[in-house]
Amino acid sequence: MGVLETRNLSLKLNGKNILDKLNIDLWQGHVHAVVGPNGAGKSTLAYTIMGLDGYRNIEGDIFFNGVSLKNKGVAERAKMGITLGWQEPARYEGLTVKQFIIASAKEKKVETVEEVLSKVGLNPEEYINRAVDKTLSGGERKKIELASILAMQPSFVMLDEPDSGIDVASLEKIFEGIKLLKNYGATVVLITHSLTVMKQAEHAFLLCGGKIVEKGSISKIEPYFEKECLPCEHKNIPDKGGS
Amino acid sequence: MDINELLKLAEEDKALMDKDTAHLTINLNKVVSKNIVPGLHVDTKELKDSVEVKIKVDDGVVIEKKVHLCFGVTHEKALQKIKMDIDIGKNASISVLSHCIFPKAVDVKHIMDAKINVGENASYTYEEKHIHSVDGGIEVYPKADVKLDKKAKFKTTFELVEGRVGKLDINYSVTGLKESVMELMSKVSGRGDDIIKIKEGGNLIGEKARGVLTSRVAVRDNAKAEVYNIIKATAPYARGHVDCKEIIQGNGVATAIPVVEVKHPKAHVTHEAAIGSVNSKQLQTLMARGLSEDDATDLIIEGLLS
Repeated sequence: MGVLETRNLSLKLNGKNILDKLNIDLWQGHVHAVVGPNGAGKSTLAYTIMGLDGYRNIEGDIFFNGVSLKNKGVAERAKMGITLGWQEPARYEGLTVKQFIIASAKEKKVETVEEVLSKVGLNPEEYINRAVDKTLSGGERKKIELASILAMQPSFVMLDEPDSGIDVASLEKIFEGIKLLKNYGATVVLITHSLTVMKQAEHAFLLCGGKIVEKGSISKIEPYFEKECLPCEHKNIPDKGGS
Repeated sequence: MDINELLKLAEEDKALMDKDTAHLTINLNKVVSKNIVPGLHVDTKELKDSVEVKIKVDDGVVIEKKVHLCFGVTHEKALQKIKMDIDIGKNASISVLSHCIFPKAVDVKHIMDAKINVGENASYTYEEKHIHSVDGGIEVYPKADVKLDKKAKFKTTFELVEGRVGKLDINYSVTGLKESVMELMSKVSGRGDDIIKIKEGGNLIGEKARGVLTSRVAVRDNAKAEVYNIIKATAPYARGHVDCKEIIQGNGVATAIPVVEVKHPKAHVTHEAAIGSVNSKQLQTLMARGLSEDDATDLIIEGLLS
């Protein structure tokens, strides 16, 4: 039994099945990867688990520690310990890094902000009073997003394309952050189409056309994904390419 | 509440004890205290229902410490009229922090009419911070006509830091000669039945004159906001930008009219205006960290107005 389970989870957007009767079990304290080509439904799965606006009209159900999330809003799910790091994090005019992280933090102290910034490789002195706005690079913003998640101390974290828009050195810091989350017992879900990111996980689900076409260890999924999905030849239609 | 409590409210009391810090304190239409420093002249004249204030900075004088102005009304009902005449001499520099405090206002009207002349290569920075009553029983009419000489710099910010807006009607007009720089910023958050009107005009008539007009407004409940910002550029290499952002919630209504008028082929003026509810991604990110929708909205607005 997983800490988070989807049961026959389906979601239609604009009349099209984006998630199609998904049954996934995500185990506590493990790092999972949801992989698949662009348009497979990976981000949609994360948004649906988080309960974002526009992603709530589901069929089937999602259970977190046995509790249905169906009628729970974003903030309620977050209070249960679920959170999401966006592929391209939001920017906030005028809001400082300190304000942003403290808003997320379990322990609302400046020391917490300094600690999590250091953990993602950002000098607190340099960043704490900067605005979370367009003056930050994509990589900096991504690290601040991860810092805010570390400060929150969630039990279930989804990171959407954690390598998107960042350089190799920054990626190492993101990977260190993922390890920290795992070390304190959080369940981590990496939404990715990158083999490098997938290798940070212990298990993977291969999503294609809104369906799970393969699941298992990384050693099992990696060759299949590399061969069948990079590039994707069948436009995410499982019937034409999935096993 | 007496004037001392008023000053404490604005955290002005310590600054006013410093003999090296120039200040002027006016309660209603009476001058309560004044301190000047070398090179700065402040003359006041109390009239029946108003006060005339003349401020002059001598040529070449740089006032090191921020000058504190405090215009307060301790009454519930009152009319405060202040006529300002400000002259910043050539190569002079002054920075002013002005607190306008009306904590008990039920039916208070505050009218400020300023004529400001900033001399060649001089610099004038004016921060205006308002503290209003929680009921918003106030009408505020700040008006300024500003002339910038060659290479002069003028920077002003208007901010409501506490209380309800009531009715606010800002009307600033700034004209800049060659290589002058003007920066005007207004930040206001309205609620209840507040009415916010901001009209700022920048006239870039000198070569390489530059100007930025920025407004950040949030309205909720039944509050209304109307922002009309105009930059006219009539000289070569004049550069201007109008930037207005308004967030609306509930039954709030916002209008933004950024106007650019360019009458020289080598001048360049840009504008951007955005009105809408709180950005969904910003909101949902904070909610995904456990903040309620209201708390997340407040934080986003706090950032925008900071």
